This record gives sequence, structure tokens and C-alpha cells, in this order.
Amino acid sequence: MNWSFFHKLGSPKWFYDISGRWLPWFAVAGVALLLVGSVWGLFFAPQDYQQGNSFRIIYIHVPAAFVAQSCYMMLAVAGVVSLVWRMKLADVALKCAAPIGAWMTFVALLTGAIWGKPTWGTYWVWDARLTSMLILLFLYFGIIALGQAISNRETSAKATAVLAIVGTVNIPIIKYSVNWWNTLHQPATFKVTEKPAMPMEMWLPLLLMVLGFYALFTVSLLMRMRLEVLRREQKTRWVRETLEKLS
Amino acid sequence: MRQIVWLLFCREWRLAWRRPGDLLNPLVFFALVVSLFPLAVGPEPSMLRSMAPGVIWVAALLATLLSLDGLFRSDYEDGSLEQWVLSPHPLALMVLVKVLHHWMMSGLAMVLLAPLFGLMLALPLSSLPVLALTLLLGTPILSLLGAVGAALTVGLKSGGVLLALLILPLYIPVLILGTGAMDAALQGMPVTGFALWLGCLAVLALTLAPIAIAAGLRIGVSE
Amino acid sequence: MKPLPVELDSLACERDQRELFASLSLQLEPGEVLQVAGPNGSGKTSLLRIMAGLLPPSAGDMRYGGDSVFSGTGRENWRQQRLYIGHAPAVKGALTAEENLAWLCALSRPVENDHIWQALEQVGLRGFEDVPCHNLSAGQQRRVALARLYLEQHPVWILDEPFTAIDKAGVAALETHILQHAARGGLVIMTTHHGLEHLPGVRCLDLGQVN
Repeated sequence: MNWSFFHKLGSPKWFYDISGRWLPWFAVAGVALLLVGSVWGLFFAPQDYQQGNSFRIIYIHVPAAFVAQSCYMMLAVAGVVSLVWRMKLADVALKCAAPIGAWMTFVALLTGAIWGKPTWGTYWVWDARLTSMLILLFLYFGIIALGQAISNRETSAKATAVLAIVGTVNIPIIKYSVNWWNTLHQPATFKVTEKPAMPMEMWLPLLLMVLGFYALFTVSLLMRMRLEVLRREQKTRWVRETLEKLS
Repeated sequence: MRQIVWLLFCREWRLAWRRPGDLLNPLVFFALVVSLFPLAVGPEPSMLRSMAPGVIWVAALLATLLSLDGLFRSDYEDGSLEQWVLSPHPLALMVLVKVLHHWMMSGLAMVLLAPLFGLMLALPLSSLPVLALTLLLGTPILSLLGAVGAALTVGLKSGGVLLALLILPLYIPVLILGTGAMDAALQGMPVTGFALWLGCLAVLALTLAPIAIAAGLRIGVSE
Repeated sequence: MKPLPVELDSLACERDQRELFASLSLQLEPGEVLQVAGPNGSGKTSLLRIMAGLLPPSAGDMRYGGDSVFSGTGRENWRQQRLYIGHAPAVKGALTAEENLAWLCALSRPVENDHIWQALEQVGLRGFEDVPCHNLSAGQQRRVALARLYLEQHPVWILDEPFTAIDKAGVAALETHILQHAARGGLVIMTTHHGLEHLPGVRCLDLGQVN
């Protein structure tokens, strides 16, 4: 395997150049996927046999939830890379991804609550999925709060890396226990995953929306990372040249 | 290696008993929080009984967090923590001994007090051994996970609130298992499953938490 | 226990986005006393902490007897050989002087009680063995910390401002002890604001001029 890619990743300048080239492609792909997916899902996909039109909110809820959960995994991976290989870009990735993940979790919770109103009659129920999402939001808040509380940048990066790893190890345990808690207290909860298989006209737009959300996430992350890299390397020559070219 | 474990234990013991007030505070807090609930929701026994497992567990969680906040702080401030990090002995082992000693002073005391509070909250006598057992298995997990947070925030003056924010989500599985066991006991059902799961989490915490705590302390000391 | 040579290889330190020093290379032989000097904020304490192993360097390596002290067996060996006394005396107020020293030594190798009493006597704290350290003055607490220099068998000493709060007689005694340690083949690296020019054979590294 060619490890030179990995070592090049340690260079902020290389990252800045290459992300600058990829960013437009991700942005275009993301906008296209989101546009097609949302129009198809919200307007053209067939109605659900039980929920009618209100189920369409899953076209936003499910992708947001996927991105929120995989973003936390990404934080842990970035944490491991940062601690083991001392790569500064991994620190930047962790710091920039955490707020995006938190927002995605919030969107998932909000759309989950909106979905709840026509389905269960209330805006909030303590079912397994929403409760797990809420706990995930708290985990994100913890990482962001710890990162803000420590003023020394290197210490802050290492501490949040350890916290992200500890959180990720705990996530399966938390998920299992919340699922099981839910079966204890609410045995008759409606579960989306136990529905009969979705016809293709329903899950294809969902797939497009998921991919579109991932593209959106990547675009936001790359933009934030580029800004942070410029900020951190502001004293180097290549940054000054880049800023001169931009202004 | 056994010698350093014993010497460390003796050191922590001496330090704890020379300031006995610090030992009592978390227990008084525990008692206070438990007492707040009947005042808040009324003394009707059947309502207290249904709330009792949750109230006692949440109070135990909060009291443990409060007592853990300063676990490493005094050592950090007078420079002792640096000497621990510099020592050739494994930091994870020393940290484990320190946390277990702290648990003996706080968590174990809560295990002994909790049945008393259970009685005050109208729990039947038959459920009290289950309460003590689940707390006995759960409080070490709370101490170990809380110590991870204490290690990551060791240099900060922000107090217990940040620590609570970081660690309370991680306490949720223990809370669910502990209260689940109590609910099962109140319905007369067996609790071995819960006890085994709690034991499982305790072993996991005993083996993995010291590594995270040592990592957190090294990061804190390197400022 | 005779120390091995210490080699600093292009060591660099960056704190809070400020580069304190870079490409610092140095070779230290047993029997040397190195004074690290420089204005406030030039990185003296950071350099000592990097050498002790508390802080990772931004770049470069440090070797003890040929093995890197930042990883592997070299690190294990370095932890046994060096003694670091920093700004904070690592003395717990609630414990007595004797208990504090017994614990601090136990972190590397436990020592007998009578050795502890002898060490306390040599730093001028005879009779204070069983006094809780919060009853001692700052200078006396620092002497308790420095008593480790008379107790433990470490060949390499890394001392950060050891003379703080020590009176003139204490300073003279400590200077003599440091020179004796170097004469026996030990290695001492220290920072201090006291002038050490009157001492023979002290090497000086001025961080203010390195940059």
C-alpha cells in the first residue's frame, strides 16, 4: 500500500491545495443529490401505507441521523490518528467536525420530533432512537465544551481526542442499554425498521438524500478545515502568498 | 510492584483521614438529594416507592461526580502528579489504586447508606439487598468513568459542571441497569441478569478506564 | 551508578503557536553541570520538562547512551536514571516531611527511615521529621523536596530553579552538593537565576542566544 499519501496528509499546504481542487466537485454533487433526492422524496415518492404523507420527513431525518452517528466515529478515528501519529491535520479535523456533527444531531432530533406529532400525537416521546440521539447530542456537547475550556491548543486537541475515543467505546453500550430500557417501558413502540421492505421508489430517493447529506457534510468540513489551516499557518509564506492572491 | 501499590494505598488513606470532613461531604449530599424528592412530590408511599430506585441512583451518580471533581486536583497543584507521571512504575496501575481507594471512601459508604434511604422512600425490605448489590457493582464503574473525566479536566478551574457534562452521558447504561434491576426486584423477578451485566461493565471499566485516566493525566501534566 | 552521555539532537519546542527554540543540539558527558540560562519566556522550563519526559518536543530527539528517551526501552531506562525537581515541590501539606519523602522515594525505589532522617538533617530540617508540611514555610517545604537529592541514587539530575526560597547558607550547601555529585560522575542540568560563574566547570547554555 502506498503510504506516501498518508505522510503527505501531514502537510497542511498539501491538504489546502488538494481540498481546493476537490471542493467544487463535492459541492456540485451534493447540491445535485440533495435537489433530486428531496424533490423526488418529498413530492413524487409513493405514500406510506400506514403514515400517509407524514413519513416523508424521513428523507431528512434518516440522512441527518446517519451523518450524526458516522461523524462521531470519524471524531474517534481522527482522535486515534492525532494521538498515535501526532498529525496536526487530524486535530484540525476533530475540532472542525464536532460542531457539524452536533448540528446534524440537532436536525435529526428536530425532524424526529416533527415526525412524532402526526405519528404518536406528541412532539417528544422517549423511544429508543430519539433518546439515543439525545445522548449523542450530549456527547457532542461534551467534546465541544472540553475543547473550548482548555486554552492551550495542543492540550485541547489531545484531551478531546481521548474523550472522543472514550465516547465511541461507550456508544455501543449506551445504544444497547437504551434499546433494552425502551423495551422494558414501552413494549408497543412503532419501529421503522420492522416495517415490510420498502419499495424501490421509496428507498432510492432516501439513498440519494443520504449521499447528498454526506457530500454536504464533506463540503462543510473541508471549508471549515481550510479556514482553520489558514489560521494556524498564518505565519508561513505559502499562506501569505495565498491570501495575497485572494485579495 | 506490590510494594508501590501498598505504599500508595497507605498514602491515600493517610491523606483522606487527615481531612475527614472531605469524606463526609459527598455522603451528606447524597442524603440531601434523596430527601429533596419527598419534599418535592409529596410523601405518599406508593409514589415514593415507584420513584425510589431512580431517585437513589441519580443521587448516587451526582454525589459520586461531586466527590470526583477534586480527585487529582490537589496533586496537580502541588506538583505531586508530575512525579507520578515521571515515575518508572506504570501510571495506569497507580491511578487504579487511587480511584479504588476513593471508591472505598465514597462509593462503598453509599452502598452501606442506600438501604437506609430505601426504607425512607418506602421500598420493601426484600428489595434492599438488591439495591445494595447493584450499587456495589455500579459505584466502582461510576468512580472509574468519573475519574476519566477528572483526569481530562485536571488543569481546569471550571469545577464540577464541565465534569458532569462530560461524564453523565457515559453513566446512563449503569443507571438503566441499576434501576432495571430494582424494578425487577420490586416485581419479584430474578435480578441475576442485571447483576451479571453490571459485573461485565465493571470488569470492562476496571481494565480500560485506567488507561484512559493515565492518558488524560499525562496530557494534563504536559501543559 | 555512572550515567551515560546525554545527546540532544535538533530539539525544538513550540508552545501556544510560538516557537521557543529550534534545532537545539548538544552533547553532555558524565561529570558535567549544565546551566540553562536565558530571559523569561525563552523556554528554559519547557526544555527541562522536555528532557524530563513530561512534555513531547515539537521536533528532534534526545538520546541517553544512544537510546531515544521518548520511546521504548530507552524511555524505561531514562525514567529510572533521572530525577526531576520542578517549580512545585511535590510536597503534600497534610503529610509529614518524613512521609512525603518516603513516598517520593518510593516512586523510584523505597528507602529506609534512617536514611530519610539523615537526608533531612543534611538540608537543615533535623527535628522537623514528623511535622505536617503545611506548618512549614515555603523555604522549608522546598528543602524537603531537595532532600531527595541526598537520598536517591539517580545519576542524572534535572532541577528547575532549585534555589528558590532557600537562604544563603542553604544555597552554598546545595551548590557544594551539586558539585560533589558531578565530581562522582553524575550529570546535573539546571536553571537558576543565581549566578553560577564562581563555580568551577559549569557549562552554560543560553537559550536567548540560540534563536
